Amino acid sequence: MSEKKHRVSRRQFLTYTLTGVGGFMAAGMLAPMVRMALDPALEVGEEGDFVSVGLSEDEVSEEPQRVDFTREIEDGWYESEQNQSAWVVRIDGEILALSPICTHLGCTVDWGTNDDHPEEFFCPCHFGRFERDGTNVAGTPPTRPLDEYEVDVRDGMIYLGDINQRG
Amino acid sequence: MLNKIYDWVDERLDITPLWRDIADHEVPEHVNPAHHFSAFVYCFGGLTFFVVVIQILSGMFLTMYYVPDIIHAHESVYYLQNEVTHGMIVRGMHHWGASLVIVMMFLHTLRVFFTGSYKKPRELNWVVGVLLFFVILGLGFTGYLLPWDMKAYYATVVGLEIAEAAPFVGEFARILLAGGDVIGAQTLARFFAIHVFFLPGALLGLLGAHFFMIRKQGISGPL
Ligand code: HEM
Ligand code: FES
Repeated sequence: MSEKKHRVSRRQFLTYTLTGVGGFMAAGMLAPMVRMALDPALEVGEEGDFVSVGLSEDEVSEEPQRVDFTREIEDGWYESEQNQSAWVVRIDGEILALSPICTHLGCTVDWGTNDDHPEEFFCPCHFGRFERDGTNVAGTPPTRPLDEYEVDVRDGMIYLGDINQRG
Repeated sequence: MLNKIYDWVDERLDITPLWRDIADHEVPEHVNPAHHFSAFVYCFGGLTFFVVVIQILSGMFLTMYYVPDIIHAHESVYYLQNEVTHGMIVRGMHHWGASLVIVMMFLHTLRVFFTGSYKKPRELNWVVGVLLFFVILGLGFTGYLLPWDMKAYYATVVGLEIAEAAPFVGEFARILLAGGDVIGAQTLARFFAIHVFFLPGALLGLLGAHFFMIRKQGISGPL
């Protein structure tokens, strides 16, 4: 402290204490509300279940096959079945299940629908293209490969789990 | 920093007189608990407003999760109370606040009554106060149905019977409030609309009038 005493006037003292106490009360009131509103963003995602897609291991070939299946999803207080699809393909002996959602802006890709590129996945929205193993073709809008489902083989049948990003 | 921002805005818009006019006024000795402790009864009006603010804020946040639909209403309340972090606290604030606001309003009314503050020239503000009383009762009544559990349902059954007991217009009032003959989907949707839009709107308008008159007429004199 310097020689000059720092004098706090009665008015200043009241301003400080009332602002402090008021701020504390306001924070105490608002904190639970804000935390509640932020909850969806702070919640940690749960591991999804694996679902059978009705395709046996032997049926998977180098030609991508589309499988449609339903998965239970929990949406807050509402549980429902969501339709999902995947392209299942064998690459170097390994089974890959690709998400059909274009990594550019989310349209749905299809296999071999572009006559100029019959051996690729094609997205009609902005002509995005992906190779057989999901790698995005350079020079087309998508910037990363198609997402991939977790694959599990149980008793020779294909089961798909969560979708994960690659590269 | 804050001072600088304030000065910058004030220099351009001259906002000081605006808030000075509202906030900067003497608190007469007879309403100041620091002078006479019994003057704390003059706080009840402000406390009522404080709880109303809590109701409005917590209600807004509840609306982020609540859905006014007979299939999902109860599930959504259950979810926000048990699954959402702090949802229990926010619902608790709204739940207990709903009763507290009525207690505070009642105490405030008693203070006004026993200090004779409703007399000329403040008759109009008493009238506005009575309207506020009904609006807040209405908020309590319509809000009570929203969780859509047994208690909510049967409270509304009884409430609507009471409305029906009114002479001549009773049946009309019941059907209008319930949105039909059945207490069900339409009742819940309508009670929700009334609870979160119509009555809060009326409440804010009336509070504005209430505070304007207090500012204009000043607080009533000592006994
Ligand atoms: C003075 C003002 C208010 C009073 C007295 C009041 C009263 C009530 C009551 C008694 C309940 C039932 C709560 C329970 O049983 O747990 C309720 C529920 C509800 N209120 Fe209000 N309310 C007020 C203002 C508001 C406002 C301004 C909003 C929204 C903008 C709102 C939104 C809700 C919602 C979404 C529910 C259903 C959730 C639940 O039941 O917990 N309320 N209210
Ligand atoms: S969304 Fe597929 S290319 Fe743009």
